[in-house]
Amino acid sequence: MAASTGAAIELVKNINRRILTLFPKTLFVFRHISTRSSQCQSQAQMRTKSAPQQLVGVVGLEIHAQINSNSKLFSGSAVSFAAPPNSQVSFFDASLPGTLPVLNRRCVEAAVMTGLALNCTINRKSFFDRKHYFYADLPAGYQITQQRQPIAVDGILNYSFLGGKKRSQVVRKTVSIKQIQLEQDSGKSLHDEVHSQTLIDLNRAGVGLMELVMEPDMSCGEEAAAAVRELQLILQALGTCQGNMSEGQLRVDANVSVHRPGEPLGIRTEVKNINSMRYLARAIDFEIQRQIGVLQRGGLVLNETRTYDSKSGETIPMRDKEGLQDYRFMPEPNLPPLVVYEDTSSLPDGVDSSQAVVMQSLKEKLPELPGVKRDRLVQMYDILPEHSFTLMSEDGLVEYFETVSKATKMEPRRVIGWVTQELLGQLNQKDMSVSQSPVSPPALAELLELLQTGHISSSAAKQVFQKMWTSGDKSAAQIVKDLDLGMVKDTARLHSICQKVVDAHPNEVQAIRNGNKKVLNKLMGQVQRETKGKADPVLVRAILEEKTS
Amino acid sequence: MSMLSNTAATLCRGLSLKTVGSLLNELKSNGLITRRNVRFSQIRVNCINRQFCSSTHNLKVPKAPTWEPVPEEHLPPPKQIPADLVDKLERLALVEFRTKQGLDCLEEAIRFADQLHVVDTNGIEPMDSVLEDRALYLREDTVTDGYCADKLLQLSKNTLEEYFVAPPGNIPLPKREERSDLLKNSSCITPSHFTENGN
Repeated sequence: MAASTGAAIELVKNINRRILTLFPKTLFVFRHISTRSSQCQSQAQMRTKSAPQQLVGVVGLEIHAQINSNSKLFSGSAVSFAAPPNSQVSFFDASLPGTLPVLNRRCVEAAVMTGLALNCTINRKSFFDRKHYFYADLPAGYQITQQRQPIAVDGILNYSFLGGKKRSQVVRKTVSIKQIQLEQDSGKSLHDEVHSQTLIDLNRAGVGLMELVMEPDMSCGEEAAAAVRELQLILQALGTCQGNMSEGQLRVDANVSVHRPGEPLGIRTEVKNINSMRYLARAIDFEIQRQIGVLQRGGLVLNETRTYDSKSGETIPMRDKEGLQDYRFMPEPNLPPLVVYEDTSSLPDGVDSSQAVVMQSLKEKLPELPGVKRDRLVQMYDILPEHSFTLMSEDGLVEYFETVSKATKMEPRRVIGWVTQELLGQLNQKDMSVSQSPVSPPALAELLELLQTGHISSSAAKQVFQKMWTSGDKSAAQIVKDLDLGMVKDTARLHSICQKVVDAHPNEVQAIRNGNKKVLNKLMGQVQRETKGKADPVLVRAILEEKTS
Repeated sequence: MSMLSNTAATLCRGLSLKTVGSLLNELKSNGLITRRNVRFSQIRVNCINRQFCSSTHNLKVPKAPTWEPVPEEHLPPPKQIPADLVDKLERLALVEFRTKQGLDCLEEAIRFADQLHVVDTNGIEPMDSVLEDRALYLREDTVTDGYCADKLLQLSKNTLEEYFVAPPGNIPLPKREERSDLLKNSSCITPSHFTENGN
């Protein structure tokens, strides 16, 4: 009797994750983390109202970040997303007998850099282990990971998000990073239900992963999403992971439980397969509410694995693990301990420096991290903290803003409005990235310079900006000329227009004379309408004030 | 040695490697081979062969393996294997062995591994590998491999276009009672069951 017929081990872990990562659903292009309502706030309110009886959510995350490298963790085959099936597979990746793992230095350095950026302690010595489980896309029958002694431990991720009633208040939070471990990714399974078979593509098998384990320091989806977003920005700044969730480069599993503050943590569920920032927040908030509901009805939360169904907005149970999974961890016999050296002077004799991973030189390579960059932007340009968030939320927007600011005499705090509202508004509307913007930073700077020097009014500038979006290479000055949008400063002409407006609005004039000065703005609006927004507002105001006094 | 003993050895590999490592440590410090180490020379020779296979004779390794059985009274009392544990092992190993013959094989294997308990490892720092004082070789991040799908797919019985074909998901093992019935007519385990067992 063959083992394959009568006996096969049950292993459901990850099945669904596999299915989903196979068919990445890029349903939404998200630019801002948004949740329908702020779970955190309602929880905080509950707590103050009837503390400590209310149940609150507790969220911990496990994040798999694909290391941005040319080749795999232990083999020399290429890492690329949409390559033909099984083309990026070496004999080692396919687990042919006699092949051995050879560690990729880039992957080690990426993990060390990520650890340093997250304030981790880097273990001078870390070990590799085998974690056994049976699945067709794991041809070796085990995954090489770091179970006993991971490469980095005890870190901290500072993150912040816009909270408060108007979502304009910067809320700062911290989450502890328990550890970062290096491990192999698995292959992908394509499930063919019709023919009842599974197609295996091993291109992803053996790609380097950093698994980051976050302590359960978060309390709702919004916090978790903000933490992941900040991590994503950090990884992208470091270049250690491209962080594209829809391509599976960043995969998040959430451990969710509820309890009453001060009491021990409740029984947790694991929500898997969350493949976008938006779903992350929703899935977690749904799961917290579901568990609260179960407990309030007198039920028990089961320790189970659930998956998020983006269509229904619910988490649903995955087929449960049969009893306890036994991964039979054992030391990886083919890899000696991984050593990271403090600095070049601590290299022992006989160790080739090109072979060594040296922390000091990696520290020196660390780029400006997102948190530091935000603070710098706020200080340097005198902009609001929430603007720094908006700038950082879009790839390339900071550089865009800085280039424009340097090229114009306009104050950065005025420039920021143009960048975060006019430019970003257009980009969002057309679903374009910053790098695709048809209006280049120097072109926008030229327009703002015309505005700054009083050649055009602010409303005319907006018209020109719209035009620049479609008119190709035409400069702002050219468009102003073509559309005759130059500021009208002809006093005589403005006088006659103002007179016409004043004559047509006797009631308003009376109101102003009675002391309601705000009504003057209405008359100014009328004048601007007459001049198609081209009248010099300073001049118009002076003339109107004179005529209504 | 039966295949089941090998399974037990595999299951205990973490332990045996540690012990062998410790032995080597001891050898290093003493420069001697003590009597009680010799009993495990077979395991040790297997391991050492990997490290030194290409070098000329190493003084710390005896030229010929020696063998001396451990008296039964030096071993801990034999352990009974609970039915639940047999069930779990069957699941992990994807092998059914609950016949009388199969269980005897397993007990014999465990009894063999029990000899490791005789080794005194007090005061010796455990090792995971005999390679642990070696530098881990690090490779440059360049693409040097892959692009051999045709060669790899040739090795597979079932393929579709450029994919390997596997059964749909994992097939759950039948319940223990059902398996007992199934096993009535089957004989003891054949080695082929172990060949694709994850290592």
